[in-house]
Amino acid sequence: MPSWVSLPRVDFVLLGLVLAVIATGLAVLYSASGQDAVYVERQAVRIAVGLLAMLVFSQVPPHVLRIWTPWLYAIAIVMVAATWFFGIGRNTQRWLDLGVVRFQPSELMKLAVPMAVAAFLHQRILPPGWKDTLVALLILAVPTFLIIRQPDLGTALLVASSGAFTLFLAGIRWRTIALAGVAGIAMAPVLWMFMEEYQRNRVRTFLDPDADPLGQGWNIIQSKIAVGSGGLTGKGWMNGTQAQLEFIPERHTDFILAVYAEEFGLLGVCGLLLLYLALIGRGLYIASVARDTYSRLLAGSLAMTLFVYVAVNGAMVAGLLPVVGVPLPLFSYGGTSAVTLLAGFGILMSIYSHRKFIRH
Amino acid sequence: MISATAQRPIKDAQGEQRLIARRAQQGFFIILLVLAGLAARYFYLQVLSHDRYATRSESNRVQVRPVTPNRGVIYDRRGRVLAENLPAYRLELIPEETADLEQTLARLAEVMELSDDDIERFRKNRARYREFESVPVKFNLDEQAVARFAVNRHRFGGVDVVPYLSRHYPYADMLTHVLGYVGRIDDSDLANVDPENYRGTTHIGKIGIERHYETELHGQSGLERVETNARGRVLRVLERQDPQAGMDIVLSIDIAVQTAAWNTLGERAGAVVAIDPNDGSVIAMVSKPAFDANAFVNGISTRDYQAILNAPRQPLFNRALAGGYEPGSTLKPFIGLAGIEMGVVGVNEPIFSNGEFFLEGQQRPFRDWKEGGHGWAEIRRALEESVNTYFYKVALDLGVDRIHEYLDQFGFGQPTGIDLPNEGSGLLPSRDWKRGRYGEPWYPGETVISGIGQGFNVVTPLQLANTLATLVNGGRRMAPRLGLAGKYPDDEKARQFEAPLVNTVPVKDPEAWQAVLDGMRRVVNGVAGTARDVSLNADYVIAGKTGTAQVFAMAADEKYEESEVAEHLRHHALFIAFAPFDSPQITVAVVVDHGGSGTRDAAPIARAVLDAWLVPDKNLARSTK
Repeated sequence: MPSWVSLPRVDFVLLGLVLAVIATGLAVLYSASGQDAVYVERQAVRIAVGLLAMLVFSQVPPHVLRIWTPWLYAIAIVMVAATWFFGIGRNTQRWLDLGVVRFQPSELMKLAVPMAVAAFLHQRILPPGWKDTLVALLILAVPTFLIIRQPDLGTALLVASSGAFTLFLAGIRWRTIALAGVAGIAMAPVLWMFMEEYQRNRVRTFLDPDADPLGQGWNIIQSKIAVGSGGLTGKGWMNGTQAQLEFIPERHTDFILAVYAEEFGLLGVCGLLLLYLALIGRGLYIASVARDTYSRLLAGSLAMTLFVYVAVNGAMVAGLLPVVGVPLPLFSYGGTSAVTLLAGFGILMSIYSHRKFIRH
Repeated sequence: MISATAQRPIKDAQGEQRLIARRAQQGFFIILLVLAGLAARYFYLQVLSHDRYATRSESNRVQVRPVTPNRGVIYDRRGRVLAENLPAYRLELIPEETADLEQTLARLAEVMELSDDDIERFRKNRARYREFESVPVKFNLDEQAVARFAVNRHRFGGVDVVPYLSRHYPYADMLTHVLGYVGRIDDSDLANVDPENYRGTTHIGKIGIERHYETELHGQSGLERVETNARGRVLRVLERQDPQAGMDIVLSIDIAVQTAAWNTLGERAGAVVAIDPNDGSVIAMVSKPAFDANAFVNGISTRDYQAILNAPRQPLFNRALAGGYEPGSTLKPFIGLAGIEMGVVGVNEPIFSNGEFFLEGQQRPFRDWKEGGHGWAEIRRALEESVNTYFYKVALDLGVDRIHEYLDQFGFGQPTGIDLPNEGSGLLPSRDWKRGRYGEPWYPGETVISGIGQGFNVVTPLQLANTLATLVNGGRRMAPRLGLAGKYPDDEKARQFEAPLVNTVPVKDPEAWQAVLDGMRRVVNGVAGTARDVSLNADYVIAGKTGTAQVFAMAADEKYEESEVAEHLRHHALFIAFAPFDSPQITVAVVVDHGGSGTRDAAPIARAVLDAWLVPDKNLARSTK
């Protein structure tokens, strides 16, 4: 391999998988937006920005990231807190207007939290003792709480799980995990108390969508009809009636998977899931070959968080979870999530190119 | 603790790497399991439940919408339009698409007149429609309302003004009691029709011809399979099954004759019915007072309806069809015929009238109208002068049951079977009837007054005209028809509606029939005829019979003085006539409520009707003068 190839430190396997998802996503978006090229162009611009971020992050060595982690975490906390005072948005305060671009600081948290937990545990002996575990939980709990209060349950879930996966990879005991699971279920009523009315309605609707089929239940019912009517092979690209006739709500954002499932069928869904599984697997592989604990924990956490996106969005579209604002990674239109995700892949690439054992 | 602190700084780098790698593998395994579970869920939805969801997706996409057929047009026998469909606008609303239904209705009321009645009707009506279907709110919007809505349209999501065809009756109240009217469909209407055929239909025949010929006039609803988006907007028509338009119907009514009857009746209450005795077709049918049916088509307000309902002279009541009148002397030709045909009196056999007729053993006389009586009179003279004693005697000799038996053949006491709903039956009494009705025996005195059409006898104006038609056409009793012919748009030729023959009255003695008709001719043309003025300047020979129906019963020995009686208690004036005498082409029955005298009040109306039918050109010349 000529030496100049290694200059842009890019993992071509990861890049190839990412580009495959992106290309599929843009094609589906074109259909899901009702053949509106404007949506595709805008999304393409976002993805280009994201790819640029990926390239930048892929060139930053992991130890530099680690040194900057506390600062990044602190800035992210300040910005999320700032949405309380300067935030804009329809029902929720998620966005900060930075003059040039509108920015969702909770997106930054999706990177800052696993980085911070990984950086903390990097300095500790693994598996972590209960004190270290508590500190790690605190690191993830503060931003999670702030984001819940925005309120943005979907992002809070992703942020919390990214921190939790770091702990999981650091080797906390299965017993502790089981205990946390039980505690989580026990905490559900408390969570219910903290929920806004619209969020509660979403849960109620999830439990009984037919109670209000034309109102609250519409999303879930129409999404399931779209998926189910897609069948094994789908109705064909741009031929999904549920999608094209606008029966699917949020068809180009949170429910884009319903469009995809309707038009490409079970085979398409399985293919896409395999693509995501390959991305996650590649991330976990990178984690296992990374140079140091920080890199391993961060890489593993980023990969597993991708899984949360896919699983939660997929389950929501299939009517297995209440409607939560979790996009399908690199598919759903809008938000800053594409940029964050691609930046995360850039970090993975950097970790890979700085791995411990370089092939001879 | 010392050993623990000693161990603390020592990080087992390789151990940690193995730990994390193992956890990464375990994590991957868990992820694999979860994603497999998710794939299983999609397998369940997309393969196992595919059929169910495919059906629901299809029913989402494709809506089947009714295509309403155009209602048939109604013409008179000379092709003049009596009921037509005019382009109009109506206000429609899709409840599911309004943000707030109550608020929308309230704001609509600011833009156009929207009464509580309208809103009430809309609410009742709503149940008929499916989700995301347009529900009509108000019909026949005026131009101003349409314009004002157009300007404010953006404020009303889910509301629209759409064109449609509205029923219109150009002759307004003049034909209401014939045509009836269409009105908004309600639940009781739907019980009688195929709801699928009426899914897109908003109006249905409520009474009259509109009701009787509802099936024909309505036609067959078509279907349209359309692809709609989630907001119900139609994107394209997938399949269309055209509706079959309703039948155009020609009525036997001649609007010129109808107008003549209408105008000559004037402001008085009453009824006129004219029938062609040759085919049973109804030439004119007037009932007064009437009301403008157009007010009912698009929903009359409660207040206006109450006003009509409670009007003292009952404009809603169809006197021609269901008004029950005492026939009075108009029954005499039939009693006379019965007497001769059943052998109680000879065709030329005179009966003596001295002004008073006594039942054996009774002190109270049954009077003639002429003091001192008419002397000897056989049937012709008895009719000409309306000699009561002749008919008292004949009736008494016949007995009530034979009168019933004979007159029953002409259709007295039964609905004629005309093609209109809610017909009255009148009453032809008998011993059985009285026992059943009152639990009392029949008294001979009741038979006597039956002879001059008093007592229990009740006829409708339609019956008067139709029994007379049976009398003049030689006994062929037909169920009269208003519908003359009908034609669906696809028909090459119009279909003729024939008046069904109900029964034939046997003619035993043709001379007897002729004698009765002669008697009626003499009523109008004889020296002593009771209605001689009717034939003044007539170009044809008229025959007829006057009659008076008592509104309150007087003792038989009392004398009736019209001027002493309040108008609402005055007698009804009756007149039946036919012409031309030699080959009758029309029979007419006229009843003027509280008119007093058949000769003075009813007969001129009959003359106007006869002229309009028999010499229309002269009539035209007179009216254009």
